[in-house]
Amino acid sequence: MEITLPPVDLGAITPELIVTGTALVILLVDLFLPRDRKTPLAYLSLLGLVLAFAASLPLWGRARYAFKESISLDPFSLFFSSLFLLIAALTILISTNYLEREEIHRGEYYALLLFATLGMMLLAKGMDLVVLFLGLETLSISLYTLAGFMRARLRSNESALKYLLLGAFASGFLLYGIAFLYGATGTTNLKKVAVFLGKGAPLSDPFLFIGAGLLIVGFGFKVATVPFHMWAPDVYEGAPTSVTAFMIAGTKAAAFSAFLRIFLYSLAPLKPNWSAVLWVLAVLTMTLGNVVAIAQQNIKRMLAYSSIAHAGYILVAVVAGGELGGSSILFYLLAYALMNLGAFAVVILLGQKGEENLNLPDYAGVGYRHPLPALAMAIFMFSLAGIPPTAGFMGKFYVFSAAVKAGYIGLAIIGVLNSVVSVFFYLRVTVMMYMREPRAEVGPIYTSPALAAALVIAVWGTLQLGLFPGRLLELALRSIRPLLG
Amino acid sequence: MNVLNFPILSLVTYLPILGAIVILFLSKERHEAIRWVAMVFSTASFVVSLWLPFYFDSTTAEMQFVEKLPWIQYLGVSYFMGIDGISLWLVLLTTMLCAISVLCSWEAITERVKEYHVFLLILETGMLGVFMALDFFLFYIFWEVVLVPMYFLIGVWGHPARKLYAAIKFFLFTLFGSVIMLLGILAIYFYHGGQTGVYTFDVLELMKTAYPYSSALLSFQNLVWLAFFLSFAIKVPMFPFHTWLPDAHTEAPTAGSVILAGILLKMGTYGFVRFNLPMFPESSKHFVTFMVTLSIIAIIYGAMVCLVQRDMKRLIAFSSVSHMGFVMLGMFALNAQGVQGSILQMVNHGLSTGALFLIVGLIYDRRHTRMIAEIGSGLSKQMPVYATLFAIVMLSSIGLPGLNGFIGEFLILVGAFKVNYIWASFAVTGIILGAAYMLWLFQRTMFGPLEKPENMKLLDLNAREIATLVPIVIMFFWIGLYPSPFLKRMEVSVNHVLEQVEKGQAGKVNPGTKAASVGATERHLPSIIQPTSGTSEGAPGVRER
Repeated sequence: MEITLPPVDLGAITPELIVTGTALVILLVDLFLPRDRKTPLAYLSLLGLVLAFAASLPLWGRARYAFKESISLDPFSLFFSSLFLLIAALTILISTNYLEREEIHRGEYYALLLFATLGMMLLAKGMDLVVLFLGLETLSISLYTLAGFMRARLRSNESALKYLLLGAFASGFLLYGIAFLYGATGTTNLKKVAVFLGKGAPLSDPFLFIGAGLLIVGFGFKVATVPFHMWAPDVYEGAPTSVTAFMIAGTKAAAFSAFLRIFLYSLAPLKPNWSAVLWVLAVLTMTLGNVVAIAQQNIKRMLAYSSIAHAGYILVAVVAGGELGGSSILFYLLAYALMNLGAFAVVILLGQKGEENLNLPDYAGVGYRHPLPALAMAIFMFSLAGIPPTAGFMGKFYVFSAAVKAGYIGLAIIGVLNSVVSVFFYLRVTVMMYMREPRAEVGPIYTSPALAAALVIAVWGTLQLGLFPGRLLELALRSIRPLLG
Repeated sequence: MNVLNFPILSLVTYLPILGAIVILFLSKERHEAIRWVAMVFSTASFVVSLWLPFYFDSTTAEMQFVEKLPWIQYLGVSYFMGIDGISLWLVLLTTMLCAISVLCSWEAITERVKEYHVFLLILETGMLGVFMALDFFLFYIFWEVVLVPMYFLIGVWGHPARKLYAAIKFFLFTLFGSVIMLLGILAIYFYHGGQTGVYTFDVLELMKTAYPYSSALLSFQNLVWLAFFLSFAIKVPMFPFHTWLPDAHTEAPTAGSVILAGILLKMGTYGFVRFNLPMFPESSKHFVTFMVTLSIIAIIYGAMVCLVQRDMKRLIAFSSVSHMGFVMLGMFALNAQGVQGSILQMVNHGLSTGALFLIVGLIYDRRHTRMIAEIGSGLSKQMPVYATLFAIVMLSSIGLPGLNGFIGEFLILVGAFKVNYIWASFAVTGIILGAAYMLWLFQRTMFGPLEKPENMKLLDLNAREIATLVPIVIMFFWIGLYPSPFLKRMEVSVNHVLEQVEKGQAGKVNPGTKAASVGATERHLPSIIQPTSGTSEGAPGVRER
């Protein structure tokens, strides 16, 4: 078999190249910086992210393929790349403080973060299952390392090892699914798969179903849907807090971007089959995530279960499908990223050295001792709970509209009831902050301009998307359209 | 239509939140300044809202002082505010009670003064928005926004023993109802969009569509009606959804109880008359018996529970359940007297129960107990002014002729009687029980020998405390002696709602389902105030004045 190299079109991957380049430069500059002065690297990586974003702007509006149709430059992929760049930037802003406090003086942190971002961007742009897999592995391997970044802490090690083992399992499932899909359709190119299935090819091919099923399992692991969520709470709790924030906001969005491209685009003809499966997964995910979150005392763990529940809401929108369902997912992921990163910024701010001060009772009376961070946290909690006028409300509103429109009333009812259940544990944070007397012995908190900037951006975004969501809704709609054909 | 060419409704709505923003910039130590800012802004809102009844055109059922701006065009959401005769008085009730709430918190709230007033003012904005919003999306946002400050008011400044429980229970109960309503809103939004091709949350537009109805319990219109019902019934609260109320009312600080009982509960009844009746006329008629039964249970059960309360505040909380039963009974009599009485009684209940909570708050501030037995007897000897005001408030709550409560209850009873005398006779039982528990409460605390040593040195009301009650007492007499300015302004709007209920789907644009409903509506044609039970005892439209 002869292998022909596709024509090289570097223009199509400029943002990715910039991110990669920045990561390499960071590794290099790191060598020349003193051991405890790594903060300039943060600003360097921010610069890279901004440049990458600027480079992606001219790509909007000219939907095209590159590298022999294995990279797609449609509004969908650009929406997601921009989202990932934003998530990465916010993560870096909340990291500097945290790394200094925990005395993690390593330049590789930023490089790995950028490599992970690169992987996510590939996931969004990949039009070929092989490219998707490459992106996913780039992302995952960077994250395995980042999860275990606090070498001295047992929890962090456990987190990394668990993530590695289960992540590898998930990758196995995915690869197996890709292989079956290839067997059934004779191609790994998603466009060709779509054309093949759309042409009226027999949709009863068992290979096809096995392939789709294995892909659901694989992505189910990555986005932590029940019953493939077991790793998530431990990994999220053990990983360094800034990495947890990145994983919760970023990995989920990235995995969903690939998932949407495969299921809403290529496997759309099979929708009656997979949507039934996802219906069940959505209900299980929402319910388990919310119910178990009620029992959590550790705030990172609570947010981990909450993120599981939110994956369930997104699945509701996937099941609903259509323009409304699709665009609601994009909107939701952005809203979700903002409020989670914001919440983690506060968790980092209020935390104490050695991952201390992370339990709910530690938040007693914070509302009066640190009014501004507490106010921000309250806004994020109400947003996560879906109380207007916040981004979280708009997101849920949008998701459940899609479900109602598509006729999934039962699913919508289960969804909103879940949302009521979730209010209980989100409110508990505000109860602690405002309605309990403060505990005596807590050290001072360290803030930094970067962290403050991240908080301001997150609060502003959460309220902006809640009050004036119009333009973003339209952008999300424009972005999902190419997928729906 | 906006006669003033000036966004007066937005001004009324956002003056309080403007005050909240000003307070945010004040140092938290400056308690006096914070109180004054809150006072000034809530009073300003009240004063501006006083213009509304003067410029209100009582000859039209159309929305007035309308403001409409595009907001989220893609979804068909607009910023749409307006009031008619139904919401007019509720808006004024809100601005008035909120100003009074600031005043009554003057000395009672000494901790976290800044946060308290910020929440109070946000709450006012939310409630005003609920009564003015004419876009479902906007309405829902205001509806939910009300929850958050109320939750904090109960949870932070409530009675320490059970405040957290009460706050969370309040939040979860109400939210549970609202999210189901949200699904109902979405259902009619998509149905309307599917029928007309125009996707909009505009309440007036959505009202024009006929939603498919059949007498089966689970027809589309019935389901949506039930979704709205759940949300509003929890808020009212109707039996059996009332269990959050005694806890929330009892544990909240005085101002919180005043606002909860005075205004928040009205959001539920307002929702029924604004949305359920005109939007889903067939279902509203379908569920009349169901609603009336629940209302009568609430009237009698609420009153009987009052008789056994040992806690003064809890007693008044349960009396709300009973009184709100009256409001719902009048509304679902579905005739002019019933609905007018129902709306007037919303205002009356807001005034009298608000005042009762103020009365309890005054004694609680002095004695730090709410237990009737602990408060002891004979207070009238030590506090004559207090006893006098208490007496007037109590008589208003009982429904003594000459005071406001009488007018509302009378209209409701007339309305109910015209449909079914059995309903009216049950309701009268509730009035008798109401007199029993209120008089007994008054007698136990105010009369008798002054025995407790703590009561010997009680101070009577000071000028500020009297000022919180006097405006309400003036309103008692005004509505009681000369109600026609109030009734006149709601009359056309009420008739319009009843007309919509009466005509049902026949009056709406939906060729597809029109045929099915003709038979159902013809029977009721002659008079808009005719009862809906199908029997034809409808008297000519006598309008009590």
